[in-house]
Amino acid sequence: MPINEDAVGKQWPPVAYEVGLEKIREYAHAVGETNPVHLDRDAALAAGFRDVVAPPMFCVVYSAPAMGPAVLDPEVGINLAAMVHGGQAFQWGEPVCAGDVITTQPRLSEAYERDGRGFYVFLSESTNADGKLTVRGTWTNIVRGV
Amino acid sequence: MADLGDLKQGDSLPELRVTPDKYLPHRYAGASGDFNPIHIDPEFAKAVGLPGNILHGLYSMAQVARAHTDAAGDPRALRRLSVQFRGMGMPEQEILVTATVKEADDGRVVTETEAVQGDNRIIRNAEAELSLG
Repeated sequence: MPINEDAVGKQWPPVAYEVGLEKIREYAHAVGETNPVHLDRDAALAAGFRDVVAPPMFCVVYSAPAMGPAVLDPEVGINLAAMVHGGQAFQWGEPVCAGDVITTQPRLSEAYERDGRGFYVFLSESTNADGKLTVRGTWTNIVRGV
Repeated sequence: MADLGDLKQGDSLPELRVTPDKYLPHRYAGASGDFNPIHIDPEFAKAVGLPGNILHGLYSMAQVARAHTDAAGDPRALRRLSVQFRGMGMPEQEILVTATVKEADDGRVVTETEAVQGDNRIIRNAEAELSLG
C-alpha cells in the first residue's frame, strides 16, 4: 500500500498544557532526576528559576496532547499497530517551570516510503505565554510493512 | 559542576548507569501519559512478538539527556539532543549511557552519545549539544 502524501504540510491546532509542580516532580522521579532544581522550590529559586524547573525531556509531557491528534489523524493514515518510534530530536529554548502554560503546534513535515517501510516525520513548536520558544521537536515514526 | 570550557575533543563525559526496575515502565507511563500496552503488559507484548514489555524509548532518551545535564550541572545547558531508537530496552537490565566530545569551542560542546544494555545498543547515532550561557 503506497504512502499517502496528501497530508504533508498539514498543521494541527495548537494545544495548551498547564505545567503543574507535582507533575514535574512525578516525571523527575520516574526518570531518576536527582538535581533538586527539579524537585524543590527553594533550590530552584536559589538557582535562578521562577519555580521548580522541568527536566528538558519533560517536553514530551507538555507536547503529548498536541501530538496525539496529529499521529492519530485518519488523513495521515498511520497504522498504529505497526508503528515504532524511529527517532526523536529536540532543540530547547526557554526553560519551563511550574505554572507555565505551554502551547504546542504540530505539523506533518514528511511522509515517504523506504525499503518497504513508511516514514512519517512530524515537527512541533512549543512556546510559553510570552511567545518564547521552549522546544522544537522532530518526531519520526516508522510503520513496518506498508 | 563540570566546567564545559575544559572539555576537549575526544574527552568522555562521566558515564551514567541506571537499572530500571520491573515496575519502572508503569511509573513512566503514568508520568508521561504513554500507556501503550507494549510497555506495561508483558503478555500483550509477547502476543505481538516482543520478548516482554519494553522500556519507553523516550525514557531511555531521558537517560541520555540526564547524563548530559548531570555532567553540566544545569538543565539549561542541554541545547539539543537527537537520537535514533533501534534495539529495544528492557526493564531489570542496566542501562549505560556514554558520551564522547566530538567538538568543543568556547563553552559549546557537541557529543556523540549512546545508551546500551549489554551488547544491545538501545539508542544510537545520537548527538547532543551542551552550552553554558
